[in-house]
Amino acid sequence: MTLNGWLQIIIFCALVLALTRPLGFYLVRVVQGEMTWLRPVERGFYRLMGVDPAAEQGWASYAIGMLVFKLACFLLGYALLRTQGLLPLNPVGQDPVPADLAWNTAISFLTNTNWQNYGGETTMSHLSQMAVLTVQNFASAAAGIAIAVAVVRGFARRSSKTIGNWWADLVRITLYVLIPLSIVYTLVLVWQGVPQTLLGTVDAVTLEGAKQTISLGPVASQEAIKMLGTNGGGFFNANSAHPFENPTALTNLLQMVSIFSLGAALTNLFGRMVGDERQGWAVFAAMALMFLAGVAVLYGSESHANPLLAGLDPAMGNMEGKEVRFGIVNSALFATVTTDASCGAVNAMHESFLPLGGMVPMVNMMLGEIIFGGVGSGLYGFLLFAIIAVFVAGLMVGRTPEYLGKKIEQREVKLTMMAVLVLPLMMLGLTALAVVLPGPMAAVSASGPHGFSEVLYAYVSTTANNGSAFAGLSGNTMFWNTTLGIAMLIGRFFVIIPALAIAGSVAAKPRVAASAGTFPTNGPMFVGLAVGVILIVGGLTFFPSLALGPVVEHLAMLAGTSF
Amino acid sequence: MLKDIRPALVVLLLLTVVTGLIYPLAMTGVSQLLFPAQAGGSLIEKDGKVIGSALIGQNFADPRYFHGRPSATTAPDPKDATKTVPAPYNAANSSGSNLAPTAKALVDRVAGDVADLRKDGVSEPVPADLVTTSASGLDPDLTPQGALVQVARVAKARNLDPAVLRQLVERQTEGRLFGILGEPRVNVLALNLALDGVGK
Repeated sequence: MTLNGWLQIIIFCALVLALTRPLGFYLVRVVQGEMTWLRPVERGFYRLMGVDPAAEQGWASYAIGMLVFKLACFLLGYALLRTQGLLPLNPVGQDPVPADLAWNTAISFLTNTNWQNYGGETTMSHLSQMAVLTVQNFASAAAGIAIAVAVVRGFARRSSKTIGNWWADLVRITLYVLIPLSIVYTLVLVWQGVPQTLLGTVDAVTLEGAKQTISLGPVASQEAIKMLGTNGGGFFNANSAHPFENPTALTNLLQMVSIFSLGAALTNLFGRMVGDERQGWAVFAAMALMFLAGVAVLYGSESHANPLLAGLDPAMGNMEGKEVRFGIVNSALFATVTTDASCGAVNAMHESFLPLGGMVPMVNMMLGEIIFGGVGSGLYGFLLFAIIAVFVAGLMVGRTPEYLGKKIEQREVKLTMMAVLVLPLMMLGLTALAVVLPGPMAAVSASGPHGFSEVLYAYVSTTANNGSAFAGLSGNTMFWNTTLGIAMLIGRFFVIIPALAIAGSVAAKPRVAASAGTFPTNGPMFVGLAVGVILIVGGLTFFPSLALGPVVEHLAMLAGTSF
Repeated sequence: MLKDIRPALVVLLLLTVVTGLIYPLAMTGVSQLLFPAQAGGSLIEKDGKVIGSALIGQNFADPRYFHGRPSATTAPDPKDATKTVPAPYNAANSSGSNLAPTAKALVDRVAGDVADLRKDGVSEPVPADLVTTSASGLDPDLTPQGALVQVARVAKARNLDPAVLRQLVERQTEGRLFGILGEPRVNVLALNLALDGVGK
């Protein structure tokens, strides 16, 4: 670790912090329908859709609208991928995507996961990249933010039957937030060297006279929303490590900031909408603490040279699977950020991190990606843990717990536990299945404990809708495409639906006035309790699996064992 | 539920048109207008022919050139399309090695590369970037140390004064942005192009 390294981390933190309030302010105005500069377009959308944006919906109606939309996304995405060979904008002549891979990819993008069992430049036509993947990057991000806003409305409103209008939320967030930011962002990326062209490839003759075919495409426009929407699906196989996706130190900083910025701003939106910005800052602080712990461990780990490799300059750290322009600190910071959020873009190969370094992304995802998190999903995920935290506090003093003036009762706690328990069930259950069955392990590239980590990482990443990988796994087989697809679906919707149900439930309650016995949720005590609950729930659930993977591998490495 | 079908289909079609077609196509048009070189892939031409991209590394094996980092990219095996063969710096299929830190394949590969450098007369600790594969397999850069350690070999192969080459590497070294962001680096293709110009 170096002084310059920490300085770069501090600059990143300062930028995220500086954006939180202004973006939060803007988001509130958007979701409350107060932004009007695109009103004609917005009205056109509603008219064609046949919806009244002012018609409020209850939680069930909101959820059903969302699910019907997602089903349509799946069907269209699947159909376009299966037929890309017949459709235009296919300069390289890519074949249709096979059925199991199309299932996996369509789900992957509509759930904001962007797990990729394919290499972009060798599989997808430009039309698929634009009309399937880019569209879902927008739509899944807008959906995530919409759901978070709906949940916040549940806490903000009193004795209300409704939590907003799904269609209006979806349209407004896309039009007023995601598209304008993406346009500006795309141009900055192109300026820095990210290609934006309809050409498929260019052939070069290298200095030594060999032929080099260079893949190109409309990269920048997809890259912008990939980061802003915490999607993470790369245009190219190597994702944000590819010099065309992330050419410079400046683009790298922007990419990291853009992963966190909307998630951080949503904590401020939360505070503003419940009428006390400090509530939002308490959530922000809990997230920031866990982020800093993660980055310190990961940066510390990767600053060390791999002890199994003799003869190298130890001061340069573990450079396998990293790019020179990012070095150790920016690779470690990016990996922490991308797995704190549900982004899953990578600028270094997580599989080649030292064992404890590679464990940090896993832990971040196992906790449910509530450290700023995916756009929207981070906030509603955190609020679930906040409910557990106040419930625990209530148990300690023997009072009915309250959060933001809402009594937290049996129904809310049961729904919360459903959402919180489904994650380990899928992550650990499917890992166990894949390890025990005879066929699936053929896809695993690593031997020894790292092979187990590869499987665990895959199901953790997909269930948490992250999408990063220990990418040695050859997941493009029937078993992996199918089970990873199921993990993504359940990890997404079995959290969203309970979260919306909780929103509906607390929206209907009156707000009780704070009394001397109320546990304050806008101060350091709450921050500490929330972090403690998150770590204990995560730690107890997942520690045995981590012990079998990265911990054993670390000890083996120190003992000089390779596999 | 049935009443949701129309808005779902309509909004999906509208989003597909707006974010899936208009947005990327308009951005392509504007980018080609404002930043044509970058939008086209930052290609470098020499005598009217494309010799590569300023952002994409290429394979150097000749002792007369500075070598980039090892690359883990592959290409389909021409004899059997279901298999792949190593194809360093294949810019149509980016990829890292994805080897575990405890993989024997990694330990053996690095030991082999270190031994090769020792044969070239490198006696100091080896700069890590020179014997580790990059994440993309297309890393255009080396650390300045990774370039400097090759000066003796290149100078011998070209019969040039090592001091001249060291100066060349220093001139081609790009520092951190604003002195803070990123890492110091040397673009290998740019370095080798400059190298071909030395003494001409």
